[in-house]
Amino acid sequence: MLGLGIATVYLSLLVLLPLAAVAAKAVTPRFWDEVTSPAARSALELTLGASLVVTAINVVFGTVVAWVLVRDEFPGKRVLNAVVDLPFALPTVVAGLILLGLYGPTGPLGIDVAYTRVAVGLALLFVTLPFVVRAVQPVLAALDREAEDAAQTLGASGWQTFRRVVLPALRPAIVSGAALGFARAVGEFGSIVLISGNIPLKTQVASVLVFGQIESDDVHSAAAVSVVLLLLALLVLLFLRGLNWRHSRHGA
Amino acid sequence: MAHSRASKLTVRGLALGYMAVLVLVPVGYVLIHAFKPGLTGVWNSLTTPAAQHAIQLTVEITAIAVVLNTIFGLIAALVLERTRLRIRYVLDLLVDLPFAVSPVVVGLALLLLYGRQGWFGGWLTDHGIRIVFSMPGMIIATVFVSIPFVAREVGPALREAGTEQEQAAATLGASRLQAFWRITLPSIRAALAYGVVLTTARALGEFGAVSVVSGRIAGQTITLPLLVQQRYQNFDQTGAYVAAAFLAVIALLVLLAMTVLSPGRRKTR
Amino acid sequence: MTIEVRDVTKRFGEFVALDDVSVAVDDGSLTALLGPSGSGKSTLLRVIAGLEAPDAGTVLIAGEDATGVPARRRGLGFVFQHYAAFRHMTVRDNVGFALSIRRRPKAEIRARVNELLTLVGLAGLHERYPDQLSGGQRQRMALARALAVEPRVLLLDEPFGALDTGVRAELRAWLRRLHDDTGVTTVLVTHDQEEALEVADRIVVMRDGRIEQAGTPRELYDRPANDFVMGFLGSVSRIGDSLVRPFEIELRTEPVDGAPEGMVRRTVHLGFVVRVELVLDDGTPLTVELSRPRAEELELAAGDIVWVVSDVARRPGRPPATAPAPAAGR
Repeated sequence: MLGLGIATVYLSLLVLLPLAAVAAKAVTPRFWDEVTSPAARSALELTLGASLVVTAINVVFGTVVAWVLVRDEFPGKRVLNAVVDLPFALPTVVAGLILLGLYGPTGPLGIDVAYTRVAVGLALLFVTLPFVVRAVQPVLAALDREAEDAAQTLGASGWQTFRRVVLPALRPAIVSGAALGFARAVGEFGSIVLISGNIPLKTQVASVLVFGQIESDDVHSAAAVSVVLLLLALLVLLFLRGLNWRHSRHGA
Repeated sequence: MAHSRASKLTVRGLALGYMAVLVLVPVGYVLIHAFKPGLTGVWNSLTTPAAQHAIQLTVEITAIAVVLNTIFGLIAALVLERTRLRIRYVLDLLVDLPFAVSPVVVGLALLLLYGRQGWFGGWLTDHGIRIVFSMPGMIIATVFVSIPFVAREVGPALREAGTEQEQAAATLGASRLQAFWRITLPSIRAALAYGVVLTTARALGEFGAVSVVSGRIAGQTITLPLLVQQRYQNFDQTGAYVAAAFLAVIALLVLLAMTVLSPGRRKTR
Repeated sequence: MTIEVRDVTKRFGEFVALDDVSVAVDDGSLTALLGPSGSGKSTLLRVIAGLEAPDAGTVLIAGEDATGVPARRRGLGFVFQHYAAFRHMTVRDNVGFALSIRRRPKAEIRARVNELLTLVGLAGLHERYPDQLSGGQRQRMALARALAVEPRVLLLDEPFGALDTGVRAELRAWLRRLHDDTGVTTVLVTHDQEEALEVADRIVVMRDGRIEQAGTPRELYDRPANDFVMGFLGSVSRIGDSLVRPFEIELRTEPVDGAPEGMVRRTVHLGFVVRVELVLDDGTPLTVELSRPRAEELELAAGDIVWVVSDVARRPGRPPATAPAPAAGR
């Protein structure tokens, strides 16, 4: 089949080959030293830690926003719904600059988080906002309201109904949205580069570290840290596939 | 479900407050901030030779990436939905990878292939072809990061449309090409348009990968997002915010298109 | 136009959908392929249409080998169970599709579409989209679409399966009239024995990818080749090792030599027919259908003891159920 050939060649040349080049460059006896150097360790720890915190916040607020968009009615709801996609439509460097404008040294509110780890978290929260919301929204909208009514007739309170009837139905969507957001956060660069200040050992995330290493022609170190990021990305994608597979097997 | 009014308002307040702090207020502030120099100032800032070149370069790169990935995305979606061979699992994963991989890693990967020290670097230099630190490299980087969107939007639409309409067309005398143009394509066009919008948004705003492979040569390889950063770092804050606001306005237009074409709306014809 | 299927086998992975099937369809006939789901009847229809390629065997259309001919060149009309309506096209464009593929002049297409929509009773609905039609209307549109280029053969895959009972009965009668008017050779796939008996000239009963029996409705009903065919075409009751139609059983209130004895559990009045549910003395249940006058004559009530008389030997065409035929109730 012609299409199969085209797809295979396109993906091999554009995706597989470049990433293989990174892996090949990283495979040196010094690989372990590269990824455990103080700068690399600090950057990877910050990246992972911030991404996990951001993912946790996304799980809660993403679900809350999705809930409000599906179950609540108020003026301006449609605008709010459209705004959820804004972080995706906005170039990442613009997102960084926008946050810097309000929450930076010249901001009008007197709040200045620029060049701190809080800024890193804020930038990551901004760019990953759509993931959980957009994963949960359609599932919540398609949910059978009768099950909730049934729970109420059986004596469950509003919170109990949400926790024991609604939440379990939303869980696969929440998890897959959160995982995608996590993958995005781990690799994020554009929105962080301006606002984090890139202070080594303090606010420098992995992608910014790699960028610096490329700039200073240290491609071996850059490739080594990149491979860790690549493996994380791959892990998330495989996890999502496992989740889908389990989900479809249980016929849910 | 009967909720008390208080809990309903609390949840609504939480959602609105979160969105306001994170998105609405910052974006609104920057849009206002950008117009501080007045309309003439904004106009001048956007019509400098550097800005004009950046806009032109961004549009060209985006156009090429969108065309390539639209064609490829259609083919990939058809292959992934209609093939039962094992290789489709690998292809499926490869389609998603650009979405999860850090743009900086993408940039590095292209350097390692096409840079002076890269796998093809020697051959390219011998033949006088420049990819890295020039437009071809920036195009490849942009194509890479925007691969998934058309394929991912069209796939579910193809599944929903099913193969029965195409079979019906075949029994009525249509060739496979006729069936594709007259039956398959019209039934996925909304999803295709949505995928193209997403691809455009991603390609317009690409920063990390392009930043690495462009070399950021003033007046030559600076796209709009790179211009924002360059101006900011050169202490031209106002200029940076104007360029950022310009991109934000484009983003709002994209957003409008997304809302009109969003999957929820699509169902109702 | 005759269709002949010779020794066709079709597998999907491990599953054998058609197992060395041969069948012939006469010119101008309306043939029903009847069987439970998974019996291979739809696969057989799709093989005839060219939508599936058989693993072995040949398909002859009008005496010519059509096995390798793609669907679009076979000149057959096909109607799908779920209509396969082109959702982005109006009724007019749906029905005119085959003609526009063949690049007929616009005026001709317009005239032919009008004629067809009148024929199927959809006149005036030209500009509607399929989503704006009822299920029955959509299926009529699909029929009109298939008839547009005057196909040599019309193939229908469970065409009324997705419709309500009332609409189904109406469309069934309409299909039969349409067939009588146009005379086009028609093959219909159905799992509904009543539909097959009512509409078809000829019925092909299938099970597990094989043909169990082929013949006129009357032949199949009166002289079923085996218990499966008998059970599939109408209700049956079992006495000992034999199968009988429930209305072919007589009940007596006095002992009869050699007749099994049973007790009435319940009588159900179904209009003209009265259904009597019995338990025989060996504990097996039995259902008998009596005419209303006969039931009134017997005055049966729950707890009454009756003797069961049946005259199975009356039908010589049928082998005894004790033979190792592929038996029902497997």
